[in-house]
Amino acid sequence: MPSNRSGENRSVETVLDSTLDSVDTAEQIVLRAATDSGFGEDELHKIGVAIREAMVNAVVHGNRYSAHKKVRLAVSEAPDRLTIRIQDEGEGFDVASLPDPLAAENLLRQSGRGILLIRAFVDEFHVRHLESGGTELSLVLYRTRSS
Amino acid sequence: MSVKLSSRQVGDVTVIDAAGRITLGEGSSSFRDTVRDHIAKGNKKLLINLAEVSYIDSSGIGELVTAFTTVTNNGGQLKLLNLTHRVQDLLQITKLYTVFEVFSDEAVGVRSFA
Repeated sequence: MPSNRSGENRSVETVLDSTLDSVDTAEQIVLRAATDSGFGEDELHKIGVAIREAMVNAVVHGNRYSAHKKVRLAVSEAPDRLTIRIQDEGEGFDVASLPDPLAAENLLRQSGRGILLIRAFVDEFHVRHLESGGTELSLVLYRTRSS
Repeated sequence: MSVKLSSRQVGDVTVIDAAGRITLGEGSSSFRDTVRDHIAKGNKKLLINLAEVSYIDSSGIGELVTAFTTVTNNGGQLKLLNLTHRVQDLLQITKLYTVFEVFSDEAVGVRSFA
């Protein structure tokens, strides 16, 4: 995979409304950074899926579309990795208690696959409960990652 | 671009050609409405052509699953046609390849309903 064009650490932070338009906005911001970092087309698709699922989690399940709650997006480009952090202002969730979407009894459920797709498409995935309330999802992609 | 859906009859099989993105919001609701309309009309043999679908998120996958269960519960069959490798990946990751019948040849897919 090509190296970061600048070789410098760069970051972008933005505050987004709890709307589906923000999911599109976040995808565009992250894909711009990932493209600049030299990720290839297939990688960009996976990053796009992961960021959309993480944003939907924040907007829909975290903030529940509340006009009074915001989503904070931070994208950091380092020479060896791209890190994306998404914070919501929701009540939080226990990732370990989520139903396994691969279990036979859950295969035909309509929802519950978002975290599975994030885990599948990024190198590292972390969930952190914020002291101020809300949840932070961290997605890390290494530039040396093999497809 | 959200999803574009068009339907055509091949014998007694309804082929739904989808193009674009099936994602949370307009894309997934359009897909849901189209499938419901066909069931209401009595069209219960549905072959979903995903050749031109560039992107499906978990909500879109959920709509495929719901369409499958709705059609099946109404005595019909729903099968998939022409998956891109990205959509194939999603079905592998979610284990839904064990649920859906998938075809890469439309004529074979149509005949499979007989």
